[in-house]
Amino acid sequence: MSRPATYFVRTAVWGAALIVPLALAALTGVLVTRGAGALDANLFFGGVPALQAMTGRIPVWDGIWPACAGTLSLLGLTMLLALGPGIGCGIYLATSTASRAKALLGFAVDLLAGIPSIVMGLFGFTMLLMLRRTIAPNAGASLLLAACCLALLVLPVLVSTTRAALESLPRQLHLTGAAMGLGKWQTLRHILLPSSARGILGGILLAAGRAAEDTAVIMLTGAVANAGLPAGVFSRFEALPFTIFYRSSQYRDALELEQGFATTLVLLVLSLSLLAGASKLQRTLEQRWQGIRDDD
Amino acid sequence: MRFDRNRIADVTFGASALVTGLAVAAIFGFLFLFALPVFTGGQGLSILSGVWNPGRGQFGILPMLAASLCVALSALALGWPLALGLCCGIRGFLPRPVGRLLLMLLRGMTAFPTVVYGFAAIFLLVPIMREGLGRGSGLSWATAGLVLSLVILPTMALVMDAGMRQTERRLRLTGAALGFTREQTLTHLVLPACRKNLLAAAALGFGRAIGDTLIPLMLAGNAPQWPSAAWDSIRTLTAHIGLVLATDSNSAAYGSVFVAGCLLLLVNVTVQLCLRSLLRTGETA
Repeated sequence: MSRPATYFVRTAVWGAALIVPLALAALTGVLVTRGAGALDANLFFGGVPALQAMTGRIPVWDGIWPACAGTLSLLGLTMLLALGPGIGCGIYLATSTASRAKALLGFAVDLLAGIPSIVMGLFGFTMLLMLRRTIAPNAGASLLLAACCLALLVLPVLVSTTRAALESLPRQLHLTGAAMGLGKWQTLRHILLPSSARGILGGILLAAGRAAEDTAVIMLTGAVANAGLPAGVFSRFEALPFTIFYRSSQYRDALELEQGFATTLVLLVLSLSLLAGASKLQRTLEQRWQGIRDDD
Repeated sequence: MRFDRNRIADVTFGASALVTGLAVAAIFGFLFLFALPVFTGGQGLSILSGVWNPGRGQFGILPMLAASLCVALSALALGWPLALGLCCGIRGFLPRPVGRLLLMLLRGMTAFPTVVYGFAAIFLLVPIMREGLGRGSGLSWATAGLVLSLVILPTMALVMDAGMRQTERRLRLTGAALGFTREQTLTHLVLPACRKNLLAAAALGFGRAIGDTLIPLMLAGNAPQWPSAAWDSIRTLTAHIGLVLATDSNSAAYGSVFVAGCLLLLVNVTVQLCLRSLLRTGETA
């Protein structure tokens, strides 16, 4: 009687275990075989000497260096905006006692996490419309606007990883502070935060990965195909994911297409290394407290 | 004079919590505020009609809603069983090293940018679909659904895996007492016991699928029509928002964009409420 069910599950398991890696291998295989050839200095700087291109002395028109610089500055600005509220809110949720406000805030964070990124971009667009109608008639899509929206997008990641990192600490550690006569802030500053720092740092990398790969938000809030190096927080910018999206339909010749494939490889390496860093940090946090943790 | 650091810390963390809460309120408020004139502006409920024809002033977005649901549900129908299969494999049906490799693969897949999936699929899957289906351009409901199932798979599988790991730890002894093998414990004890977790994974996957923009935008063809067959070119709500705002031409169509955004927000609220009830009752059980 029990046999058919087990056989059915076993077939499904083998099917899934074959199909998924194969599909993934096929997709990445295409990228590697068609893009690896174009992975060189030319891809980044388009014939301009690297040093002059990086300092912006000679503009790069045929390379993806402006897009790389755009993505990096977008990442920096996004994290600058999101770190404070994200980690603060995570600490608040992890340390405050249960209350209505806390439950409501938890639900708000869940809602924020579920909001599709295009809707976040749309929110940026409405903010722009509001600004134009009220205080800044000349406001336009810009790096700052995109960073604000991306910060909202990655906020829940920061909140939940910070909260999880603090809550995963053994309970004795929370009591240690009280036992030593430390106040709430001192306990946090000298005991809880140092012991969960790796987890929080992992969350930051995870959030950065999310910000680096998102295309829908920046598509509506200021990413363009040809902007050169980002000129300031109020200017439009180029970014790697948008470049990939743009190249997928607008390529003039075989070389541009090949460079499109190579660009996806660059973005893929960036996201995967951010993830690898994040999971390595979080794993060391887990190992550190394994066994000490009370399992109830 | 000494500042009370506890007090400062409390205020700081409370303030950042407030910022987060206000941001969520602002997103909902702004979008509903901008969608409101569409309903009060004389057209009434015509925005929720079934015809999209800007040339004749018809801006019905129901076809896009239908397309979103179709793509998301088909991605779910493909991706959920695959995710379940992978989880069962990791939790006992496959040799341990293989399971560990699969788990690593799933973790890696969460970092795969969707635009990369889209780009690869345009040059690999679209030609195959064009030849295979024998009609259409290859940019279709089926293509987007296939790729989207791969996009939402790791999220679902990791949620399932976390739930199954906990349940398995709880039921291992029960299974051993019944003389079950690990596989039998899994099929007869663990899977029924984490039914709610599996449903939650499906809800989460659905939310991801309906909210994804780049895959439908790049692969579904974007024709604003009712979906009727797998090879049809269709336009989802998310792709609609992207297209209308990116082309920046027809301001009369803007209203539909805000309504589309609100619809997506409502779907998100529904999904989150489902998740909440599923996971909360699951915890107490």
